[in-house]
Amino acid sequence: MAESICRLLRDGALEGEHAPALTIKDSIASPFGFHVFAHVLSQLSSFILAGKSQSRGLVVVCFSRSPSFYLELLKNKGIDVVSSDKRIQTLDCYSDPLGWKSRLTETGNFMACSHETSISRTTNVFKDVKHMDKLYNSIVELGKGLVGGGKIRFSVAIDSVDEMLRHASMSSVSGLLSKLRSHDQVSSIFWLLHSDLHEAKVTAVLEYLSSMVAGLEPLHQPANGQRGDMENFSLIEHNLKKGKFHVRFKRRNGRVRVMLEEVHVEHLGVNFTALSSEGAINQGLVPKVQFSLQLSEKERIDKANVVLPFEHQGNGKPIQIYDGRRSLADSKHERPVGATETVQTSEDSGRGEIIYYRDSDDEMPDSDEDPDDDLDI
Amino acid sequence: MNQRSSNLLDEALGLDQTIEPWPLRGRAVVIEDRVETSGSFVLHHLLKRSLSPNSSNVSIFIAFAQPFSHYDRILRKLGCNLVLQRDNSRFFFFDMLMLQCPGGHEGITPEGGLIALYGKIHKTILALPEVSRKNVSIIIDDLSLMEVAVNGSSDYVLDFLHYCRTLTSEFDCSLITLNHEDIYSSADRPTFLLQMEYLADILIKAEPLATGLATDVHGQLTVLSKSMNYGQESSRNNTSNFHFKVKENIVECFYPGSRG
Repeated sequence: MAESICRLLRDGALEGEHAPALTIKDSIASPFGFHVFAHVLSQLSSFILAGKSQSRGLVVVCFSRSPSFYLELLKNKGIDVVSSDKRIQTLDCYSDPLGWKSRLTETGNFMACSHETSISRTTNVFKDVKHMDKLYNSIVELGKGLVGGGKIRFSVAIDSVDEMLRHASMSSVSGLLSKLRSHDQVSSIFWLLHSDLHEAKVTAVLEYLSSMVAGLEPLHQPANGQRGDMENFSLIEHNLKKGKFHVRFKRRNGRVRVMLEEVHVEHLGVNFTALSSEGAINQGLVPKVQFSLQLSEKERIDKANVVLPFEHQGNGKPIQIYDGRRSLADSKHERPVGATETVQTSEDSGRGEIIYYRDSDDEMPDSDEDPDDDLDI
Repeated sequence: MNQRSSNLLDEALGLDQTIEPWPLRGRAVVIEDRVETSGSFVLHHLLKRSLSPNSSNVSIFIAFAQPFSHYDRILRKLGCNLVLQRDNSRFFFFDMLMLQCPGGHEGITPEGGLIALYGKIHKTILALPEVSRKNVSIIIDDLSLMEVAVNGSSDYVLDFLHYCRTLTSEFDCSLITLNHEDIYSSADRPTFLLQMEYLADILIKAEPLATGLATDVHGQLTVLSKSMNYGQESSRNNTSNFHFKVKENIVECFYPGSRG
């Protein structure tokens, strides 16, 4: 399923349609959004470098990590960064998003060290994240610089919509995203969102803007839903290793397909597997034990069919309850005197019944006699 | 002589193996505490470790909460002389107690105040010799008071923290912050707190015991360590949870139930 996301992003946009867009959203209870983002990013870049995708270039808009982080990431995934320079470009909204460094430099209080100046020469530092128009222009410019003009398309990745929303209004951010989607040189676009930082409507707006939504949810919700309850420590520990990966695809004709997978965080990024039955059934986090704590469907039906001796089934037939005075054989011949209970028999074989065998007739049934009356105290 | 006092905390943070290179470098450590359980001892502990004699770490301490003499007294008990370290240029103390950014016409704007502070930190790091520039810890005590100093605008604080964050990727600094969890509890969406938790590479929570007060246990610590270093050994999510007792010159950490 994660592959189908990457395939759809790879195949890009049809003529006269918006580019496919993916929202990756997570929350603090299952904070793997960035892992998934990194996974999609590296998949798409390897497609682009292999020339298998519609887009011929990728613009990574970095808000939350430095451009060098992404280069390192792609290098670790086995993607040749040096040759990718002409295919993958980063727009650095990380190093100096508000222009503080330039303001300090102007007043003479800031000395960029040699290390920094070398960075700013190779990458494109964007210093005015409050203006979405300028940001849009920079992204498009950078993309065009990668693929040239004409009909060749490029892809866009934005690593944090949250940062954008912190600096600009909802409407201008969604305006930027939808302008990018409808730009005729954009092949596909995806972004990461931490949904719990925003109101529900913000998440909804961004989901409307996208043709795919990949959400990450914890496998096990804490029972009381309270934040910071460390009694649920094992739960938290559990949720830090894997989560539910929930994807919604929206087709052009409006058909919606929802899929569910399990995501594991591993040594080298993330892994997607089919949702294990353990996760699906035991929502309540039943501890793993040797014996079965739950009944199967058949066992549950059988259990429900057992007629308990004290149950008055009320189908009119008299039934004798063994009262401990005489054997069942005796009582067959005489109507029980004073036995006012009319209890049903268990005649139909489909029902369960409780059968009691007395060990022997020698065994004295319980009586009202005091067994200790021969004691001489 | 000074045997490893609170092994569990050190272990959880990876400080038990090596102290140089500084295991926390390039990472953001977020400490959250509650009013019943102060987490400042974690800050003191980290400060002490970073100033340990067999390393060349440098600490930049941005104090909104207490004056220098306060930290000096506490660290002296822990066996670390801050005055000496300050004279050796290993400890830089920025007293921000008086920082107030009222905005308005005269005086500094909140943003201006924080930009100036960032400039000072940056300048300090650049002035360091090449060797120690790689092992700088920026410690902020604490974020809620920083928010107060900039007129209650958490956005400015987040901007400032972002710039501190860029220092961690430029110079491999570590960023250590303290914040109070419960002052955000009434907000239906504790955005600032969540922002901090997303920012954190290591989240340390100090909380009172769920079962109430006890004389032998002062609270519990939970350390969640996320890692994003793909393909490196440290790439794992670690969690640990243990109890602690703050003593005069030592912090004892132990697993629940292991102390009578």
